[in-house]
Amino acid sequence: MLLDRRKFLNVLLGLGTFGGVVAIFYPVFSFLIPPKSAEPKVNSVKAGTASELPTNSSKIVKFGRKPVILIKTEEGQYKALSATCTHLDCIVQYKQDTKQIWCACHNGTYDLNGRNISGPPPKPLEEYEVKIIKDEIVITKLG
Amino acid sequence: MKRIGNKIIDWIDERYDLTPVRKLLKHKKVPSHKYSAWYYMGGVTLFLFLVQLFTGILLLLYYRPGEESAYESVRFIVTEVKFGWLIRNVHSWSANLLVFFAFLHMFSVFFSKAYKKPRELTWVTGFIILVFTLAFGFSGYLLPWNELSFFATKVGTDIVGVIPIIGEPLRNILRGGEDVTGATLSRFFGIHVAILPAIFTMFLSLHLLFIQRQGMHDPEHFKNLPEEKKKYIPFFPDFALKDFLLWLVVFNILIFLALYFPWELGNKADPFASAPKGIRPEWYFMFMFQTLKLLPAHILFIEGELFGVLVFGVAGFIWMMIPYIKIKNKSDWKVQPLTVIGIVVVAFIVIMTILGYIL
Repeated sequence: MLLDRRKFLNVLLGLGTFGGVVAIFYPVFSFLIPPKSAEPKVNSVKAGTASELPTNSSKIVKFGRKPVILIKTEEGQYKALSATCTHLDCIVQYKQDTKQIWCACHNGTYDLNGRNISGPPPKPLEEYEVKIIKDEIVITKLG
Repeated sequence: MKRIGNKIIDWIDERYDLTPVRKLLKHKKVPSHKYSAWYYMGGVTLFLFLVQLFTGILLLLYYRPGEESAYESVRFIVTEVKFGWLIRNVHSWSANLLVFFAFLHMFSVFFSKAYKKPRELTWVTGFIILVFTLAFGFSGYLLPWNELSFFATKVGTDIVGVIPIIGEPLRNILRGGEDVTGATLSRFFGIHVAILPAIFTMFLSLHLLFIQRQGMHDPEHFKNLPEEKKKYIPFFPDFALKDFLLWLVVFNILIFLALYFPWELGNKADPFASAPKGIRPEWYFMFMFQTLKLLPAHILFIEGELFGVLVFGVAGFIWMMIPYIKIKNKSDWKVQPLTVIGIVVVAFIVIMTILGYIL
């Protein structure tokens, strides 16, 4: 009988200790996870005037909180692609000599349609739509 | 002066009985043989850690974390604060030398097989300390908030994200959000100046306690010598003085490097600029960086980087567990299998590092 009571108290103590540990670590762990900040939903951005961007050149445009690379090809065509390398998150650049998109971090390359053609990138770059409205470049998210 | 010193010691002795300390200093001895020089590597690493602690505390007086203040405060330290350039250069150079000597210490212990019973835990705590040293390097690298450190952190934290299931939440916890921002800087600052020093000191104390308790390891050839041929030197003052002399030499090298090869601050990080050409991590991460660079996009059914990260993770764990892995010695082999593994590991690190700089 005495033993049962001791067992009961031990279980109670064990549960209490476990509850106490959870009560301490749950808030601590939750505190470590950053709260999701409301991301402004951006569907399109203006990226300057078309006449100011020389052919065979590029620039990085802020699309909400993400970088987008805008390229004016030698043929005068506009291309907009996500500038975040699909390998390890670096920001890519346009190589004027090879007419390719290149990531300096791990030597990954993409063609002008965003297809990963060499190096470690596992996926293509996301494509954006480019419209020229009265000489103004407008980049829009596809879909 | 000596009399005052003796009086103070007597005063303490009367109250706390210093007999154990006296006994230890009198009887502790260190084996003397042709590989004795390697015994000093751990001491040098410890010395450089103390330099880091001291210069780090000094830098804390002026450094201000934050997207708009970190870079500016480091620039202020190196251009406006008296000797700020020196303190920062010493901190940066000492960090690099610390990693170098930690690696040297680890491989010397590996090749002399000093990790074997009864010193298994000294090896394990030592390996943990090395991992934390690298974490110190990685977190401290971001603090000046320059272009190089920004992209190194982007890549480094993204690598964590490729680990299945826990990777992404872990990356977000490290970054303080989805991207590398001022929130990441705040976290890395906290990790660098509070969390890591606390854990590091704990493991370092254990490591030193184990060494103190068990004494220096006798290598095989020394153990097999007849008793009368085994030479020892007293720990105090002989070994301690030699240790101190080497600390002095390393300190001079450190000051020379800090004076003649200042650490560049570079350009301020811009989250909306392309990664600059020639971007590379610190030299001690170069072999991993280069391996990831050479891996194809997909290996079998998994992504190349995940494959690389898994291989490095498993290899690191096995390396930590070396004292518990039994590999039979081959009597007909001139070089034993474990030594061959060690040579392959060193060769891999050296070759990949060199390739990283020339490719």
